[in-house]
Amino acid sequence: MTPRVQVHLWSALRRHTGGAEVVEVEAATTGQLLEALRRDYPGLGPMIDAGVSVAIDGRIYATSLSQPVTPENEIFILQRIKGG
Amino acid sequence: MSKVHVTTSINGDSTEYLCDPRETLLDVLRDQLNLTGAKEGCGTGDCGACSVTMDDRLVCSCLVLGVEAEGKEIKTVEGIAEGETLHPLQRKFIEHAALQCGVCTPGILIAAKSLLEKNPDPTETEVRYWLAGNLCRCTGYDKIIRAVMDAAAEMREAA
Amino acid sequence: MALDEYKPQSGDAELENKELKYVGTTPDRPDGLDKVTGKARFGADLSLPGMLFGAIVRSPHAHARIVKIDASKAEALDGVKAVVTRADFATGLEGEYGFVLENVMAGEKALYDGHAVAAVAATSALIARDAAKLVEVEYEVLPHVTDVDKAMAEGAPVINAAYADASVPEGMHPNVVRHHESGHGDVEAGFAEADLIVEDTYVTEAAHQGYIEPNACVAQMGSDGKGELWVCTQGHWYVQKHCAALLGMETAQLRVTASEIGGGFGGKTTVFQEPVALALSRKASRPVKLALQRSEVLRATGPTASASMDIKIGMKKDGTITAAEGTFRLQGGAFPGAPMEFSAMCAFACYDLANVRQVGWDVVSNRPKQAAYRAPGAPMAAFAVESVIDTACNKLGLDPLEVRLKNAAHDGTKASWGPRYDQIGMVATLEAAKAHPHYSAPLEPGQGRGVASGFWFNHGGETSVSLSLSEDGTCQVSVGTPDIGGSRASMALMAAEVLGIPYENIRVTIADTATLGYNDVSHGSRVTYASGLATIKAARAAVEKLCQRAAAKWGIEEDAVKWEDGCAVPSGANAGDFDPLPLAEITATMGSTGGPISGHFEATPEGAGVSFGTHIVDAEVDQETGATKIVRYTVVQDAGKAIHPAYVEGQYQGGAAQGIGWALNEEYVYGEDGRLQNTVFLDYRIPVASDLPMIDAVIVEVPNPGHPYGVRGVGETGIVPPLAAIANAVSNAAGVRLKSLPMNPPKILEALEDQAGDA
Repeated sequence: MTPRVQVHLWSALRRHTGGAEVVEVEAATTGQLLEALRRDYPGLGPMIDAGVSVAIDGRIYATSLSQPVTPENEIFILQRIKGG
Repeated sequence: MSKVHVTTSINGDSTEYLCDPRETLLDVLRDQLNLTGAKEGCGTGDCGACSVTMDDRLVCSCLVLGVEAEGKEIKTVEGIAEGETLHPLQRKFIEHAALQCGVCTPGILIAAKSLLEKNPDPTETEVRYWLAGNLCRCTGYDKIIRAVMDAAAEMREAA
Repeated sequence: MALDEYKPQSGDAELENKELKYVGTTPDRPDGLDKVTGKARFGADLSLPGMLFGAIVRSPHAHARIVKIDASKAEALDGVKAVVTRADFATGLEGEYGFVLENVMAGEKALYDGHAVAAVAATSALIARDAAKLVEVEYEVLPHVTDVDKAMAEGAPVINAAYADASVPEGMHPNVVRHHESGHGDVEAGFAEADLIVEDTYVTEAAHQGYIEPNACVAQMGSDGKGELWVCTQGHWYVQKHCAALLGMETAQLRVTASEIGGGFGGKTTVFQEPVALALSRKASRPVKLALQRSEVLRATGPTASASMDIKIGMKKDGTITAAEGTFRLQGGAFPGAPMEFSAMCAFACYDLANVRQVGWDVVSNRPKQAAYRAPGAPMAAFAVESVIDTACNKLGLDPLEVRLKNAAHDGTKASWGPRYDQIGMVATLEAAKAHPHYSAPLEPGQGRGVASGFWFNHGGETSVSLSLSEDGTCQVSVGTPDIGGSRASMALMAAEVLGIPYENIRVTIADTATLGYNDVSHGSRVTYASGLATIKAARAAVEKLCQRAAAKWGIEEDAVKWEDGCAVPSGANAGDFDPLPLAEITATMGSTGGPISGHFEATPEGAGVSFGTHIVDAEVDQETGATKIVRYTVVQDAGKAIHPAYVEGQYQGGAAQGIGWALNEEYVYGEDGRLQNTVFLDYRIPVASDLPMIDAVIVEVPNPGHPYGVRGVGETGIVPPLAAIANAVSNAAGVRLKSLPMNPPKILEALEDQAGDA
């Protein structure tokens, strides 16, 4: 069974999750996590499409969809980092 | 508009070309003579990337017309080194990490050489003011000033 | 998880603990000779047989409907070979491609002064410019807006009603196109605990990256659908992908070669004239050189965003920050994309805060599409936040470095932007700044000292590197990230470290798009981190093969061979059985012992480490003229590990100098007519040599666990603290708080007069 992980969202996303800043989804990888968010909270779809990164225990995974996630991790969704 | 025949000397080589009277010396050097060391950074004499000397006078070649080179001696960055031997300024610029992107470097070398020919022992302030017409966006000038001062010291010792 | 239990995580732990022989030394750069002799070839330095010259026709209006374009007079001019308009580009592009095309060549509307509407190619640059003047464009002029606060206000002209995305709450003006909000804790409760609350509004103007080399390229397109492009860019794969899309061609049919690049600073991470040059070449069936003039660079390439920001900070008497709140309104020109989320996320990132909230708004106006500029979004936010912290320190009589130390983020701090920090160097930069003689040096009358800290994320990104060995034992490395700060030297040092051969025996080349796998742009301070990591791994792959060849020669197991100081050495049970076999002896026979030896690496490294810096500035303000002189400047920044320390210093000094320009002089000045007033370097004044002092650079090294040698990016963080550090120094010198950039003489005089009026 796919484990359930907690995901922290930046607060502007709360409008699409019924006010929740932390949501729980079934996912074993960053890719599954984003898919699950998209499925469970369709309002997040356009925001995810616009580009997001996933931070796992403080390390930012800018684009990776294959990074493992576990219920023990502290997981944040961030707007995708670019630079000059 | 008919073109004008110009006879000049560039880095010691006698050179002839035909140019439109509106063409700048910079355009002639770059587009006709394939001497692309001088750069166009602004076209208005503000950045110094196109610096050359004309009869030993430091000029922005974007503000000089091609026809004005008639009978003059032009020197560009391509003429600073003597064969394989780099000028001390060139060596010191590499040694002091005084260039990053390098697009302002030809103009700054020409300007600095011109300074040291007039004043072999400039103060830091004199170097800064002399080079105030040469914009560099990468370095903050720190290492450029150090390289020029160090080259000046070496040249004085050798003289 | 309680903070005291926190142990730094090391996600993709890569860090090696070994003595380094080449890394950390300062050899001469491989591109040095070419650059001091004028041989280095930049964007405009290539010429091809039969080459034409291009020129772009630009809108003189800030906002106008394009009614008609009549190019017949231009086409009739002797020497003109092609005229292109929007009709010569692909149709039906959506999202970012659509925005890029609209910016590269206007469709129905010109959206800012300088927006391209047509282009010509002719046999000489002079004819091309003459022809551009003959293209007749009929405009219907529309109302315009160029200021961020005015663009959000009721009744402001709408740039494009379809821009706003799902993040924008209902009821906002259509020019507000994106929204960000983040933070944690309870800021209201935090403010209630404060002994002092400082609340203020700060504004910054747009500044241009100011690279000295104007954007330039040479394009060649054939009727067979194949194309070649030579261009000064920070990312040629980006150029390839976008040009192909905009021209409706297959990506692989366009080969893009990166020239030497005369500065980028983020400004060359997108396309402007490149697709236009390709369209002209396709139409004329001849190569086309298209080099922008400086006025075009300033009017129509991307400067950074301008900002208007509200900051509120609560502090206890002992300096503890109890709550922090910020709203960041960024104007990014006529298209969505102003980096307001980075302003918001970086604003309070230096501090360990229990209660923090940050809000960002992306606002469009009739200005050129903003482009990235060194740590996009972060410097303006730091200006506002660090100014407010300084105000609070002054009011409470506290030392600004001590207050920053008291609140500094450390390993395990929950960052203002969400996650917990891994191993970070904020405290280390503050300690180094405090210990620096500059901080305790006496000031002259009329001078003021300012300090400020700054944060930037840094980035990994798609990366490919290929490395091959030659029979004589030398090595060539192909990387795909244009060298904008000395990275070829850094790559060679890292390859030398792994291979154990001298730096001089390694040649690093920036490969074109046809000869290497995909690479993300040279941005996000990613090159030394990501291409460096890839170079190390490619070299390790080659070392593995070298060890296999030695094992085969000696007839021992492969894992009984280790690589030491450039030689294969038998180890374990076989230790001492054979003499060490140098790299050059293995490569000398590689053709007959299994074939050529090379190594490559392709990945998207995800271990970039965040970085912090703290700057100290002394400024002198002339109370009569309002002129400011920077008299002393010290940069302290965490590099993780400096691969080539002299080039790291160069990044710090360059970032500080750009920050000084942004703080004191540089700004986009728009007239009532919506036209840019300062389109040449005489009026858009970047710092010159006589404006600046020497800039002391202090390298702090708190290793990034995500890189074998601990590298963090160093390119961007250096521009984050200067705006604030200088504002603090100027305010302390003048005795009045400056809240608007640039702090030019008129603005300082005005502030002094206002203060005199108040008294």
